[in-house]
Amino acid sequence: MLKFNALLAAVTGMVVCAGPAAAVDVKAAVLRIDYDTLLPISRYEYPAEDLGFAGAALADQDNGTTGQFMGHTFETETVAVAPDGADSALADLLEGGTRLIVVMAEAEDLLRLTDAAEAEGALVFNALAQDTALRGDQCRGNLLHTAPSNAMMADAVMQFAVWKKWTDLFLVAGSNPEDEALAEEYRRAATKFGAEIVEERTFEDTGGARRTDSGHVLVQRQLPVFMQDAEDHDVVIAADASDVFAEYLPYHLWTPRPVMGSGGLVPRTIHGAHEAWGATQFQNRFEELANRYPRDADYDVWLALRVVGEAVSRTGSADPQQIRDYALSDAFELGAFKGQPLTFRTWNGQMRQPILLYDGAITVSVSPQEGFLHQRSPLDSMGLDQPESACTAFN
Amino acid sequence: MKQLLLSAALTALAASPALANKVFVSNERGNTVTVIDSETWEVLEEFDAGNRPRGITIAPDGSELYVCASDDDLVRVFDPETYEELHTLPSGPDPELFVIHPSGNPLYIANEDDNLVTVVDTETHEVLAEVPVGVEPEGMGISPNTQYVVNTSETTNMAHFINTETYEIEHNLLVDQRPRYAQYTADGTRLFVSSEIGGTVSVMDIAEDGTPTLVEKIEFEVPGVLPEWLQPVGVKVTEDGSRIFVALGPANRVAVIDGESLEVLDYIIVGQRVWQLAFTPDERYLITTNGNSNDITVIDVEAEEAIQTVQVGQQPWGVVVAPD
Repeated sequence: MLKFNALLAAVTGMVVCAGPAAAVDVKAAVLRIDYDTLLPISRYEYPAEDLGFAGAALADQDNGTTGQFMGHTFETETVAVAPDGADSALADLLEGGTRLIVVMAEAEDLLRLTDAAEAEGALVFNALAQDTALRGDQCRGNLLHTAPSNAMMADAVMQFAVWKKWTDLFLVAGSNPEDEALAEEYRRAATKFGAEIVEERTFEDTGGARRTDSGHVLVQRQLPVFMQDAEDHDVVIAADASDVFAEYLPYHLWTPRPVMGSGGLVPRTIHGAHEAWGATQFQNRFEELANRYPRDADYDVWLALRVVGEAVSRTGSADPQQIRDYALSDAFELGAFKGQPLTFRTWNGQMRQPILLYDGAITVSVSPQEGFLHQRSPLDSMGLDQPESACTAFN
Repeated sequence: MKQLLLSAALTALAASPALANKVFVSNERGNTVTVIDSETWEVLEEFDAGNRPRGITIAPDGSELYVCASDDDLVRVFDPETYEELHTLPSGPDPELFVIHPSGNPLYIANEDDNLVTVVDTETHEVLAEVPVGVEPEGMGISPNTQYVVNTSETTNMAHFINTETYEIEHNLLVDQRPRYAQYTADGTRLFVSSEIGGTVSVMDIAEDGTPTLVEKIEFEVPGVLPEWLQPVGVKVTEDGSRIFVALGPANRVAVIDGESLEVLDYIIVGQRVWQLAFTPDERYLITTNGNSNDITVIDVEAEEAIQTVQVGQQPWGVVVAPD
C-alpha cells in the first residue's frame, strides 16, 4: 500500500497542471489547551495569545497561494480551550467533519484526544508535547509529531558539547518529575555520545516568588553557593523543564563555565533571529501577519499544516489516510528553512529536523554536528533511532 | 586611464586577443557592486549599490546595469562606465532576481516577500503588470523566443510559465523542494530548474508551442560530501547546449553535466557557498560567486578547471558580464 502510494505520488509529481486540477477543499484545525502555568522567568517568553494559531494562519496563506494554481483551498479553524473543555472541543471538530487536527497539549491529554480522533479516522499532529515516550511505547499510528522530542533536543545539545570537547558535565536538574525526565535525557545523551557527568545536583523547587524586585539580589548570592565545590567540569547542563532556575544560571555560577540545556545555550526549532537558508522570508511573512517573532510552537504548527499542503499538492487528495501514507513515504520531503529536506521517521511518526542552538540573540550552532554520522541520515543521530524506539503502531 | 593603457598593451601582446569585459558582482552584505576586468581579473572598482543587492543584470547593449536592491524595494540602474546611479525602477517589495527581455525591455522581477512577478518598462519606468505567483518567487528565466517567462516559487515548489503577451500563467509544474533558478537552452527546446533543498535539477522538454514536460531529474553525488550539502542553485548552459554547469551551494563545487546524456561528468571545486554563475560573452570563462568566502572563482570553460580566485565585497550573490 505504502509503495503504491509512493508510486502514485511520483506520477502525480510529473503531471503538468494546466489550470485547476480536481478541486480539493482542505479543512484542518488547531486545538490548543491553555493550562494554568506560572509566568516564565523572562518577559520575552510570555505566552502569546495567538501562539500556534499565527503559525496556522501563515500555513493557510502559504498553502492557499500554492493551492490557487491547482484548485485546492485550505482553511484551518483554531480553537483554544481550558483542559476540561478539550474533549468536547474535539468532538465538535470531528462532528463538523474535520479530520486533520493539530494538537497543542500535554502528553496525557494529547493521547486521549488522539485516540478519540482515531475512532473517527482523523489524523493528528503533535506540535507541542516533547515527551520522548510519545515516540516510543506510547506512540499512536494516527499521530505524527512535528514537535521534536526531548531526546532530539538533548542529543542536539550534547553533540555540540562533545564537538567542543566539553565532555565533563555538571548536570543540574529541577526537582519536579518533568525536570527529572529531562535530566534522564541528558544522562542518556551523555552516554550515547561519550561525555561524562562528573557532578549532579538537584535544585529544589520551593515554589517561592521568582520575579520580585529584589529577585536578582537573592539569585546573585544564593546560586553561586549552590554551585560551589563541584568536581572539575567543562560545562553546566541544566534540566529545568519547569522553568524555575535555568535562565538564572549563566553568570551566577561558582566556577565560570558555559551553561547549556534549559538555560544559556538552548535548543529551539525556530527563533526570531534565525535567517539562514532563506528563513528571512519566513520571518518577514510571519511578522507581517502576527506582529511578533515566531516561537517553536508557531513553527511546529506551520510545519504540520505544510505537511498537509505538500501532501495535497502532490497527491491531489485530502484524505487523512492518504496524507499520512504520503508523509511516511520515500517521496515526501519538505523544505522548511533548515538547509535540508525534512522527512518523517517511518517507525514512530517523528519528523526529522535540524535543531537550532540559540543563545538568546543568534543561532550559535545547528545540530546534528559535523562528524555525527548515521547510515540513514545525520538527522537520525538525534532522538529515537529505529532500534531504540519501542513504537509498534507503525509496523 | 593608466588601466586603459595597460589593458591595451596586454591586448596587443596576446596571441589571440580576447576582448576584456567588465564583470559586475553584487555583494549582498556589503551593499556594493564589485567591478572586475575579465582579462586581468583585477578589481577595477567597488561602488555602493543600495541595500542588500542581489539579482544583477545588464542591458543587451551594455548601456545600463540593473541591480535588485532587495531591502530598498526597488531596482537601481547604474551607468556601467561611470558607476553613477542613473535612476531607479519600481520593482514591488523585496526584489530578488529578475530577467531582462532580449530587446532590453521590459524587466521581469521576482518579488520574494509578496508572491508576485512585477513587469517593469525600462524606458518609461512604469509597472506594466503584476502577476501573482507561488510563495517566495525567486528564479526567473525567459524563453529564447520570448513567448514565456518562467518563475520558480521556493515554498510552492513550482515553475510557473507566464505568457509574455497576456501575463497569464499558462502552465504550472511541480518540481522538488525550493526551486531556485530557471535556465533555457539557447535553442529553447529545454529548460532546467534547480531545486536547492530537493538536491536535483529538473529537466523539461519544451514543445514548439512552449508546453513543458518534465523528463528527468539530475541528481548529484560526491564521495565524502553529505548529500544534504549538495544544493543546486545557479545554472548556466553553453550556447551549443553541450555542457550544463550547476552551482552546488555549500558543497563548494560546480557540477559539469553533459548536455546530451545529462550525466554529471565532473565537480569543480570553487569557493564557499557557490551561488550564481555567469559566462563571459565568448564563453571562455565561467564566473562563480562564493558567498561565504567573499570571492569569485574563474573557471576555464574548455578545460573545465578553476583557474583563478578574486576577492570581492561582503557576501557576493549575483554576477553579470558586460556584452562585447
